[in-house]
Amino acid sequence: MSKKKRLWKRIRHSRVWKSIFRHGYEDTKRNRILQIRSNIFLHIHPAKIPSQAGKIRFTWCMGGITFFLFIMEVVTGILLMFYYRPVTEYAYLDMKYLEFDVPFGLILRNIHRWAAHLMVATIMLHMLRVFLTGSYKPPREFNWVIGVTLLALTFLLSFTGYLLPWDQLAYWAITVGTNMIRAMPFIGHEGPFAFVNKYNDIRFMLLGGTGIGPNALLRFYVLHIMVLPAAAIIFIGLHFWRIRKDGGISRPL
Amino acid sequence: MRKEKEKNIYVWPGLAIMEFLTAIALTIILLVWALLINAPLLEIANPGISENPSRAPWYFIGLQELLVYFDPWIAGVMIPFIIIVCLMIIPYIDNNPAGRGEYTFSLRKFALINFNIGFLMWLILIFTGYFLRGPNWQFYWPWESWEAAKQVEENLWSLDPVYGLAGLAAYFGAGLAIPRLISPRFYRKCGFKRYVIVMTSMLLMYAVPIKIFLRLVFNIKYILVTPWFNI
Ligand code: HEM
Repeated sequence: MSKKKRLWKRIRHSRVWKSIFRHGYEDTKRNRILQIRSNIFLHIHPAKIPSQAGKIRFTWCMGGITFFLFIMEVVTGILLMFYYRPVTEYAYLDMKYLEFDVPFGLILRNIHRWAAHLMVATIMLHMLRVFLTGSYKPPREFNWVIGVTLLALTFLLSFTGYLLPWDQLAYWAITVGTNMIRAMPFIGHEGPFAFVNKYNDIRFMLLGGTGIGPNALLRFYVLHIMVLPAAAIIFIGLHFWRIRKDGGISRPL
Repeated sequence: MRKEKEKNIYVWPGLAIMEFLTAIALTIILLVWALLINAPLLEIANPGISENPSRAPWYFIGLQELLVYFDPWIAGVMIPFIIIVCLMIIPYIDNNPAGRGEYTFSLRKFALINFNIGFLMWLILIFTGYFLRGPNWQFYWPWESWEAAKQVEENLWSLDPVYGLAGLAAYFGAGLAIPRLISPRFYRKCGFKRYVIVMTSMLLMYAVPIKIFLRLVFNIKYILVTPWFNI
């Protein structure tokens, strides 16, 4: 046995190695199962699945891709938070700072933006796939409801993020969007049966004012980086848990 | 065929490797995309100068496009709310057990046709709002110049409330009655409550293109005018 091989063997049999990796890597049935079971990230999968469930032409991989894009958003979003200040004096300047000064700042921002757009598209395709395959039928009814919640959360995440660059595009897009809230029945001051005025209606609550200003920027920021992602993570967790509990990816009866 | 479908496969390594490869491919796609195309950044926000047209993000443009045909409380509040609620109740009102976990058309014609029409309507609205609207949200073909100002608004008119109310009542009344008469089998399969819920959501969904049609062809602004709200 060569020196290198002996060293490798000693490492593999050391207590430290064995404390981390609990099984060997020979291609045995047992190891294939353990590979999934003993890894916290992989164990969201079952060790075995029906062959249809792994087919791209069945799932289009759209749920998985949506999940990947969500992770991408979290990672690039956290990096962006190092450079972005949610106050009207700085928000726009920080965009320029990212563009011209921060190493790879522009690429970072671009990825965050494009992955967000892509995620909205893939989540719609995922929903379409689930509908076309009738996968919402019993026992998966409630997971579809969780899915619709995730759809709404994804829209809200994209929408709140849209204001943060604080440029004309952001400002007027969010103006259009939040003006509609004025018309909410009962609790919007221009809606039917309104019993509120523009200083205490639902839009005022969302914007922290009667128009889009510093308070609105801060509120959208907190929603965008904390409240909505936390909600999304919880619901994605539920979603995945339910897929397993409902018997895995759907298949014909 | 059936036999093959029921075969189980190991997740490791086949599927796990496919997932990692997909992740890598997507990362590359995003990187290249980010290198080639910059995220938009206009001038700093200025409440004094409005963008014309000011567009919502593309996934909300469907709703913005509906503002042409509906008051904001319908286009911006009721319609998204109803869409979300109707999506959520789909699994509970669809009591057809056939076609789970497979692509089929013949077993679920009703569900598939209507869902896809709704999905398509959403995409058409987005497309129109994104590509075919110019200054003041006027309609422009892609080859038309935005310089040429468009005639602002033709003469719109509203139905007399009596006719409006009658029209709405007729629409929902007939919509609920006729399918029951034509296809008693469908009604029996649903039962009363489910039938009413299914048909009401159908009628609400198809009311949107109908209102758009009435507006574009007959210049009707409101079907029903009341002191509190207009539809
Ligand atoms: C952040 C958003 C979402 C993520 C990350 C996500 C992720 C996933 C993943 C990874 C799967 C496994 C199968 C596949 O890839 O297709 C799945 C299945 C499923 N998803 Fe989603 N999903 C999301 C949103 C939605 C939405 C919007 C709906 C429906 C309105 C939905 C309904 C379902 C259902 C019913 C299943 C089970 C499908 C089956 O058993 O064949 N999900 N989801």
